Amino acid sequence: MPPIVTPPEIERRHKVHESDNGSGRRPPTDKRTGGNGEGDSDNWNDRPQGRRGPRERLSQVRMGVFFGLFAVLMFFIAIVSAFFVTRASGHFDAYSKYVNEWLPTTIPSILWLNTAVLILSSASAEMARRSMFREEDVMDEWIGLSRRTSQRATAWLTLTLALGALFLAGQWVAWDQLAAQHVFFKSNPSSHFFYLITVAHAVHLFVGVGALIAALIGLRRSHQIASRQIFVDATVWYWHAMGLLWLFLFALLEFGQ
Amino acid sequence: MNVSPATSVALAPHSRWTHHRTVGFGYLAISAVAVGVGTVLSLLMRLHLSWPAWSLPLHGPILPEEYLGLVTMHGTLMLFFVLTVAPQSGFGNLILPAQIGARHMAFPRLNAASMWLTGLALLVLLTAFFVPGGSPISGWTAYPPLSATALAGPGQGEGMDVWLAAIALFSVASTLGAINTLTTIVKLRGEGMSWPRLPLTVWGWFTAALLSVLAFSVLLAALAMLFCDRHLQSSFFVPGGDLVNGVLLQHRGDGSPLLWLHLFWFFGHPEVYIAILPGMGLTSMVLANFAHRRVFAYRLMIATTLLIGLLGILVWGHHMFVAGLNPFAGSAFALSSMAIALPASAKVLSWLATIWRSRPQLTTPMLFALGFVSLFITGGLTGPILAQPILDEYLHNTFFVVAHFHLIMAMAGVFGLFCATYYWFPLLFGKMLSERLGKLHFWGTILGAYATFLPMHLTGLAGEPRQYAQLTGVPGPAGQLLQTTLPLQNHITYGALFLACAQLPFFLNLVLTLRSRLRASQNPWSATTMEWAPQAADELATHRDPCHYAEDGVLFLGQWEPDATSELPPE
Ligand code: HEM
Ligand SMILES: [Cu+2]
Repeated sequence: MPPIVTPPEIERRHKVHESDNGSGRRPPTDKRTGGNGEGDSDNWNDRPQGRRGPRERLSQVRMGVFFGLFAVLMFFIAIVSAFFVTRASGHFDAYSKYVNEWLPTTIPSILWLNTAVLILSSASAEMARRSMFREEDVMDEWIGLSRRTSQRATAWLTLTLALGALFLAGQWVAWDQLAAQHVFFKSNPSSHFFYLITVAHAVHLFVGVGALIAALIGLRRSHQIASRQIFVDATVWYWHAMGLLWLFLFALLEFGQ
Repeated sequence: MNVSPATSVALAPHSRWTHHRTVGFGYLAISAVAVGVGTVLSLLMRLHLSWPAWSLPLHGPILPEEYLGLVTMHGTLMLFFVLTVAPQSGFGNLILPAQIGARHMAFPRLNAASMWLTGLALLVLLTAFFVPGGSPISGWTAYPPLSATALAGPGQGEGMDVWLAAIALFSVASTLGAINTLTTIVKLRGEGMSWPRLPLTVWGWFTAALLSVLAFSVLLAALAMLFCDRHLQSSFFVPGGDLVNGVLLQHRGDGSPLLWLHLFWFFGHPEVYIAILPGMGLTSMVLANFAHRRVFAYRLMIATTLLIGLLGILVWGHHMFVAGLNPFAGSAFALSSMAIALPASAKVLSWLATIWRSRPQLTTPMLFALGFVSLFITGGLTGPILAQPILDEYLHNTFFVVAHFHLIMAMAGVFGLFCATYYWFPLLFGKMLSERLGKLHFWGTILGAYATFLPMHLTGLAGEPRQYAQLTGVPGPAGQLLQTTLPLQNHITYGALFLACAQLPFFLNLVLTLRSRLRASQNPWSATTMEWAPQAADELATHRDPCHYAEDGVLFLGQWEPDATSELPPE
């Protein structure tokens, strides 16, 4: 990962601002919380780079996102394990014959296209993320010479948003095609799962679209490059995770039935 | 000042509504409402069991479906909204940041949002009393197929839908809260607060938060599938050709109720540890505090906390021995369940070793911590018994199980909460709760707890089933067997009433203390953990492990104190 250049001094100056909101609280001091507890030394500068000021907030948000993604992963693991259980379940009919009602659902081929679109969207999201951390530009932007990084990231994120919306539209088309073939949610155990998985994933992606929009707004409105980096970074990691998750879910639906 | 969205992320900790103290008290308020309602429900159940013909004023006799509604709502309120919310989210927010030397939680707004979401979940749940058909009747575990269709009983229509919505909201809120807790502990520890120096309470919160992230989303998935079964005619959990109340369910496929049990208990067992782990951590710290000792085998206690968390994920099948689980799987789950007794016993041994021959100060928080140990042992002894599939075949769904989990989870959890309240009251309100009323409260509560829940072992062994609305008037030998338990039933009911009344000194204490003008000293318990440091968090650094006491038991060194005085032996 490219290094993040936001000199610690900015953060410190900003902190002074932050505590000075006119309500007469403690005088601005150099606050040293969140030092991550390594060692007993008082010397802030002995810490590894990643533990100092600006990077600290980024890594906090990132960690929060990752814990959240872990929860999302567990959600889908639960559903996928139910998928395997149900696929293997059957019952004995009146003639003591074992019947398994599972009939594989044919996957509309547009899903291949959707998958490709989602991969592309992840690539463009990654371009946005990287552009937020390109050293020279970040320096310029920090000094206030240009907003090149944010502009570039805005372009890439807009593309991601468009591709994401295209994916969701594509999923809609797939549901439509299945409905035209009279395959509905309640038709068969396998269609229960097809719809449950695709809809649950779409809901999560919808949250991602919301995050993209929030990040785009943040890129325009936020005054700090560090915060803009956080917006983009967190959104993009979430987006990647949803893409990766889709690859697994799609493989399951396409080959696992 | 121009506040952009980004700066307000940083500013958020200063806003009153997102301050972790506000959020913590908000959570405690939610729990207070839940515990009040839940207690009333439990007393109604007891009165009905003892005197089935008794009619509730303004309501009339309690019908069987109403009794089951009481059971469901009592369990749901207590387990989710009291034992999960108060120790983990309530005291977690109030104390955790100070205890790790941080000024705030990692994501204050998210934190406030999850508190309000939890409150909303409680509101939604409470509406279940008022919807047509009344509250759901399938217990806090909501087993299908009876929870999958409105045909199963009066509360299983809208009442069950409301229940599902409430628990879904609760799951989301708890997951968000846990993400916040975890990030705070990993990233916001103050200067010098390295992992091994974290107080065991923090380790308890940390492990419980890990379990929450893992378990609640599995529950959410199960709830979503149950919702589909109820309203979209899917058959995740509904077996093919299922007849409920004489009606054939029109669902396609061969769903499996056992699948729900797997998903539910994969959540459910970690959930009971989420409820107890913070209390275990607090007990260790409070015992050491008042015994003026180090915690015995501190590092090992950190390890056992994590190990209990880990093993807790692997034992869910012990709730399903008689549900049609493969017997080989049953043996595996029996083994893993017994394995968890090892770290649990190590904890008990450490508690005992910490206070062994220490001449502890028997303050009220100390008494409640000792009560926690006592209840944990009494309730824990029945765990490995229930974990034998062959014994569980008889004991499952009897009051023996009710006795087990009320002692080890409900009562121990509540003792943990009281311990926390008495211990941290000076920190939170600057005043000391009265010791005299506190001791009265303790002795009444522990007596009531044992008087209520110990006899349940006996009625359970005699065969009294759980969740039966009425024990009298059952025909045949089963009825005669139940008849023999009736004297004990009445004893239990009186015990429960006594237990409820034993809380009066506590409320009196709260009122009197809050009205009095006596201020507590800054660190009245001679505590050594960071939340008692005299300085503000900004100027703090951690310099050592918790619980440094001199041999004479008077002098102590807080974690915040820069260097050791000569009286104390070095680390
Ligand atoms: C020594 C460790 C433990 C073992 C081996 C153990 C074993 C068991 C077993 C086998 C059951 C199922 C009984 C049945 O339904 O037939 C059970 C139920 C239960 N246990 Fe434990 N237990 C242990 C500790 C705990 C702890 C620490 C808690 C909570 C803090 C707890 C809370 C519960 C609850 C709430 C239930 C009843 C759930 C229900 O059916 O509603 N147990 N335990
Ligand atoms: Cu269990």
